[in-house]
Amino acid sequence: MFELPLANLLTEPVGVAHYVTVGAIMFVCGVLCMATKRNALGILMGIELVLNGANLNFIAFGSPYLRSDANSLGLDGQLIALFVIVLAAAEAAVALAIALNFYNNYGTIDVDRADQLQG
Amino acid sequence: MDSIYWPSFFFFFFGILACVFAVGVLVSRNIVRMAFYLVLSLAATSGLFFLAGAEFVGAMQLMIYVGGTMVLLVFGVMLTSQERFVDMKTWAGDWVKAFLAGGALLFVLIYAAFSVPAWRGIERAEAEALPVAQTATPLGMGLVGARVDKLDPAVEAPRDGMSGYLLPFEIVSVHLLVVLVGAAYLARAKRKITARIE
Repeated sequence: MFELPLANLLTEPVGVAHYVTVGAIMFVCGVLCMATKRNALGILMGIELVLNGANLNFIAFGSPYLRSDANSLGLDGQLIALFVIVLAAAEAAVALAIALNFYNNYGTIDVDRADQLQG
Repeated sequence: MDSIYWPSFFFFFFGILACVFAVGVLVSRNIVRMAFYLVLSLAATSGLFFLAGAEFVGAMQLMIYVGGTMVLLVFGVMLTSQERFVDMKTWAGDWVKAFLAGGALLFVLIYAAFSVPAWRGIERAEAEALPVAQTATPLGMGLVGARVDKLDPAVEAPRDGMSGYLLPFEIVSVHLLVVLVGAAYLARAKRKITARIE
């Protein structure tokens, strides 16, 4: 059944569900950032938020302290989180290079102006 | 009335900080402020990693994200922040549609998270009895291919060389090298060649 355990928030340990909630909020903020920002760097920041929310879920599902059954991801969750961090750094470097190139060629950073490929 | 369980207190401290600054990134219009809020949100997330027992990943989060990615982003912001690009308005219709879709997505995710009983956490006495494990050494061994945390895998097949993360580690390191060379090539200063044509 669906019930928010609000009664003993501070006296009981938190679980995976609380971590997933924080991760979901960061994920949704990142998705909305990608959808609504017109600045290309704002879209990049949205991507960073999405990746960070996913990472938080990996860590939560891999933690031995957060869930009552034995189906934890174990160290695999942390290893995948490390890979996600490294790939996010690589993606940020390439995307920034592309954004700077676009800025040098067109004199703007507004993604709504990047419509040359539009049919 | 029980006394306060301090890990929960710090979870809510860092969790609320991370959420508030993530929302700040979303609603702020100033690109410089967005970058600053993003730094704070990522740093608060590393606090959550420490609380979940992933101290090595938390340290990596602080060093790579907050130290590396943000330097890149802030340089990008500084290089492109002319007057007319610092404040860019979003169309009002976009906001309405985005909040409808985002609110629905958020509701579904949180509903799903709290409808699994095993995910709601463990008893306090049980949590206080759990041993504290260091994860840096098993993580390093896992990255070079030896899983010291799973010495006796239940299935025989993964022991033949795919049990560790050596191959993904090598792939990701070569990928990082290629990406950084490519980024440096893409972002280099162009020479003007028009003056030479005669």
